[in-house]
Amino acid sequence: MILSPLETLTIIGMVALGTQITRFLPFLLFARRERTHPFVAYLGRVLPYAAIGLLVVYCLKSVSLTAAPHGVPEALAILCVAALHLWKNNTLLSIGGGTVIYMLLVQTIFA
Amino acid sequence: MAVRSKALKAAFPHTIPVLTGFLFLGIAYGIIMSTKGYGIIWTFLMSLIVYAGSAQYVAITYLTSAFNPIQALLLTLIVNARHVFYGLSMLDKYRDAGRFKPYFIFGLTDETFSIVCSTEPPAGVDRTWFQFFVTLLDHVYWVTGSVIGALLGSAVSFNTRGLDFALTALFVVIFIGQWKSQRQHAPALIGVIGTAACLLLFGPDRFIIPAMALILMILGLFRQRIDGEVF
Repeated sequence: MILSPLETLTIIGMVALGTQITRFLPFLLFARRERTHPFVAYLGRVLPYAAIGLLVVYCLKSVSLTAAPHGVPEALAILCVAALHLWKNNTLLSIGGGTVIYMLLVQTIFA
Repeated sequence: MAVRSKALKAAFPHTIPVLTGFLFLGIAYGIIMSTKGYGIIWTFLMSLIVYAGSAQYVAITYLTSAFNPIQALLLTLIVNARHVFYGLSMLDKYRDAGRFKPYFIFGLTDETFSIVCSTEPPAGVDRTWFQFFVTLLDHVYWVTGSVIGALLGSAVSFNTRGLDFALTALFVVIFIGQWKSQRQHAPALIGVIGTAACLLLFGPDRFIIPAMALILMILGLFRQRIDGEVF
């Protein structure tokens, strides 16, 4: 710990505040509407899928395609996760297996 | 009481994927926190109060560098901006949640959202109690996982490099599950391609807001073509 306990608490408070602003904002903005506007309702139907797609890419944001190892460990590990999941459809196996493979890749072959 | 136990029994099976994912991610988080010198109390507080996996992983940077609360707040807003999408999706489903509504919104993580947006409670099960138990169970899994990780972290030591890939793997799994459940793949593809394009264009530090804007714009422009086929 390089921060004092009070500073640590402040950081936790800020991260909590930032998170809750993003979670409460839509409900505060649209609180008074009796019925949701059709366009907002449409967004509610399609955004779940777009948002998870965004999230997958977000997780890979630090991967450099131009510098070695050119995202190879990530690509291999994601293929393993997808293959495991399509094969066994077991979430723990897919996440655990993919993560172990990724750790092996970045700690040995691509270290 | 019968209403509650019925809702709990209906909710639990839906949360099993999150149970496994959160235990794994939580343990990884607890271990990383302890390697940075933050013990069980801090990890527990963080997971209980913040309850946002990716923001907590990012916040480790702010706990281990010079004190900068404003930057921590701003980066959290950017990292978690995607939650605005979840809120928009849940406006109707949480409309009648009554006294639970603040807790539902507080607990609207990626994973809880992925359940509540796609799951209807079985017939005869109270919707609000069902949503309550999904939210509560996920919260408990996350706190429990990170506390276990904090305990393990001080007991064992191993090379944790790459452990945070668990988060990526979880979203890939959710993505595949959603893909299989839908015939219309345009929204998922717009999410992936739009975000990847903005990442290449704007770089890793400032692509989220443009990506969200681009996704909203494309979804808006092609609304008729997409919405006609979704369900």
